[in-house]
Amino acid sequence: MKIGVLALQGAVAEHIRSLEAAGAETVAVKRVEQLDELQGLVIPGGESTTIGRLMRKYGFMEAIAEFSAQGKPLFGTCAGLIVLADEIEGQEEAHLRLMDMTVARNAFGRQQESFETDLDVKGIDEPVRAVFIRAPLIKKVGADVDVLSTYKDEIVTARQGHLLAVSYHPELTDDYRLHAYFVDMVKEAAANKG
Amino acid sequence: METGTSRVKRGMAEMQKGGVIMDVMSAEQAKVAEAAGATAVMALERVPSEIRAAGGVARMADPTIVEEVMKVVSIPVMAKARIGHYVEAKVLESMGVDYIDESEVLTPADEVFHISKHEFTIPFVCGAKDLGEALRRIQEGAAMLRTKGEPGTGNIVEAVRHLRLINGQIRKIQGLSKDELYHEAKLLGVAYDLLLNVHETGKLPVVNFAAGGVATPSDAALMMHLGADGVFVGSGIFTSENPEKFARAIVEATTHYQDYKLIAEVSKNLGAPMKGIEISKLDAAQRMQDRGI
Repeated sequence: MKIGVLALQGAVAEHIRSLEAAGAETVAVKRVEQLDELQGLVIPGGESTTIGRLMRKYGFMEAIAEFSAQGKPLFGTCAGLIVLADEIEGQEEAHLRLMDMTVARNAFGRQQESFETDLDVKGIDEPVRAVFIRAPLIKKVGADVDVLSTYKDEIVTARQGHLLAVSYHPELTDDYRLHAYFVDMVKEAAANKG
Repeated sequence: METGTSRVKRGMAEMQKGGVIMDVMSAEQAKVAEAAGATAVMALERVPSEIRAAGGVARMADPTIVEEVMKVVSIPVMAKARIGHYVEAKVLESMGVDYIDESEVLTPADEVFHISKHEFTIPFVCGAKDLGEALRRIQEGAAMLRTKGEPGTGNIVEAVRHLRLINGQIRKIQGLSKDELYHEAKLLGVAYDLLLNVHETGKLPVVNFAAGGVATPSDAALMMHLGADGVFVGSGIFTSENPEKFARAIVEATTHYQDYKLIAEVSKNLGAPMKGIEISKLDAAQRMQDRGI
């Protein structure tokens, strides 16, 4: 089972390390052809404007939509969450528009408001250490979206079927449980496809 | 809930990886940079080549420029403080700048001491031309590094020298025995613990970008090829004939630094690059890289 990390810009190596620690084979994805050999894809943290622009430039918008339509799981962290969202507050054009949610960018403020904290996540036993860096928030979700965790009553982890999105950076810690959770989603999706 | 932790500061730099940070001198240029795919902008009054040409003392930018840039873009905004100028850095922090560059491009305020960067909530990037400088800056609290290169020259040779030197020194440190590390720490003028970490991991504990002399898309790709985590572009973009096209070309060449056909494609018709300065023609006093070691 192979999981890709979209490698146009951002924290790619950290996701690869965490996925491998969670038992997955990995590949850094720079070209759309590489998606064919994958069962799951991570869209990492980085700058969502940069990642969005490069995705459009290199045909990833259509290719990832197609990937998702096959039921293959996607995991977006921070900028990756923004890229997955259906709507971005204050911005005309969203990116992939795969997850039924409205997100706000830089929702906590600038870098000096960035922080880390312990966070309870549904489906994971003990709290995870969540690192929020100029992080987005999920302001609104559709009926098909499960809220897996909140911070001060705001949604920071959500799942819609085969799509998983978090506001923070599990890849910056040595705790691989969220990556293991995603690896399980990929295994399940691959098994259902038979 | 904790702010300003080392993980939060260093993590912010991790999110810039594979990206291009562009020098801008106005809100309008900042918007062009953002649209072209910059991962952050550095708000300045003058780009390094102009600072070099103007001479005199170069200081922190007018806060108005920094504020205007912060207002118009959603990507992070960085700004430069003079080496050792604690107050310029505190002023920038009070304005909510996302990252401070304690930079040799400005005239140093202190010829001995750098700013104690641990005392700040916002992170710092500093220049380094060898492993000793790199680890000393980390020791002082830098959360991100960049090569010094020779800013404002349009000549990549010094950035190449610095990156190769640092990476070569890291390989050497990996090969030393633990007892040899004590002596090496003394020679480099760095804390033993930091050197031990490099010995064990084979890398710096923070992101290291290329800076100082990147003038073309190929220059940016070369630095990525040599192991830089990303690229700062100073004078090249907004002194070029078509800044928007030039900026996009640098972004794409940085992402696809191993795709030479693509680099050829984006390099077409960019107009004349910076004329550039041959390094041996600089007097000792004009060498910015020798400031703050």
